[in-house]
Amino acid sequence: MTALPDEMTGDLAAHFDETLGRGRRIEPRDWMPDAYRATMIRQIAQHAHSEIIGMQPEGNWITRAPSLRRKAILIAKVQDEAGHGMYLYSAAETLGADRADLTDKLLRGRQKYSSIFNYPTLTYADVGVIGWLVDGAAICNQVPLCRSSYGPYSRAMVRICKEESFHQRQGYELLLTMMRGTAGQRAMVQDATNRFWWPSLMMFGPPDDQSPNTAQSMAWGIKRHTNDELRQRFVDMTVPQAGKLGVTLPDPGLTWNAERRHYDFGAVDWDEFMAVVKGNGPCNAQRVARRQAAHDEGAWVREAASAHAAKRGGSGGSSPPEPALQAARKDAA
Amino acid sequence: MAENQVRSGWPLYEVFLRGKRGLNHVHVGSLHAADPEMALHHARDLYTRRNEGVSIWVVAATDITASSPDEKDPFFAPSGDKVYRHPTFYEIPDDVPHM
Repeated sequence: MTALPDEMTGDLAAHFDETLGRGRRIEPRDWMPDAYRATMIRQIAQHAHSEIIGMQPEGNWITRAPSLRRKAILIAKVQDEAGHGMYLYSAAETLGADRADLTDKLLRGRQKYSSIFNYPTLTYADVGVIGWLVDGAAICNQVPLCRSSYGPYSRAMVRICKEESFHQRQGYELLLTMMRGTAGQRAMVQDATNRFWWPSLMMFGPPDDQSPNTAQSMAWGIKRHTNDELRQRFVDMTVPQAGKLGVTLPDPGLTWNAERRHYDFGAVDWDEFMAVVKGNGPCNAQRVARRQAAHDEGAWVREAASAHAAKRGGSGGSSPPEPALQAARKDAA
Repeated sequence: MAENQVRSGWPLYEVFLRGKRGLNHVHVGSLHAADPEMALHHARDLYTRRNEGVSIWVVAATDITASSPDEKDPFFAPSGDKVYRHPTFYEIPDDVPHM
């Protein structure tokens, strides 16, 4: 974008602020401050990467699903995650981001994805608990984003939220079924709950007093509630669900506070959170390596499709597949 | 723009869906594909996993010519001062039936 004289930028900025002030959406070809664009790209890309990497922990169990019914459900769910990633990359592209470049940044560790996906899935109960807690937390985070000030992102979030509801319900139903099963199955559900409870609380991000960008993001309408507000909402929603299920949430400090009319809960281990964000979680390296392998193993499909399109006179064959990724691989080798 | 296309490999297609018979096609998003036929298949997989459409259009993004989205754009000025194009402009006595 070429630089404009100050007085013109001033007019445009005033129009941008006025649009936000009236609760209207910013659309792709509107003028927007560079920082808004950069923040939006970072937020949408991180969200897209989370959906794509998020296919792995559950995809791990597709071949070992306990029944054809569960297998069909799990495949549909993982396919949805891929779809959500695609909606979001598409939204990021409306801001001038390039899809191959975003994938490249993910593989190089220059853009993040949600830390929750760096934890392993040890039993089939984890599939249920991910649906219940992880997707439950995601819904808490995402419902307000349906009102994000950036139009393409908010529209993608509307589609995603509709589909996430199935994700959470299939998980809870799976857990209810296991809780009606053997003592061993009930123990698996409890164990999975123990392992995923705290990482789920971390999904809302650091506490408000350590989240320096929150104020600007709220002013821009790209964040509607603070991290701590959403975390509290999630705890309040989840405690009765745990009771109904018959599992214990692994927090001795979890008690109803009649004065606040909210549940009090114990301190989150933010050192663990920071360690996982910095790449030292149980599965960080494995997740990125798997993403790279999936891309490499799909190369022949992309090449074949390009060749087919070229033969039929399409435009697909004229350019090589994702040069940015090839560069990334050369660097890694 | 040109550089983006090279880096992404495949061109960008905009996707329009007809939700059911009797409705217009509506823009739902975009995707990359090697050719229009592949774009249609991808659009089906990506945007109609739950019976959201009975018909799909895909259009190469480069083939779309767009106006500026800015509301203050003088492009739309010709309709701004023609209130007489609206039925509410005309005052008709209350006791005239069927109008």
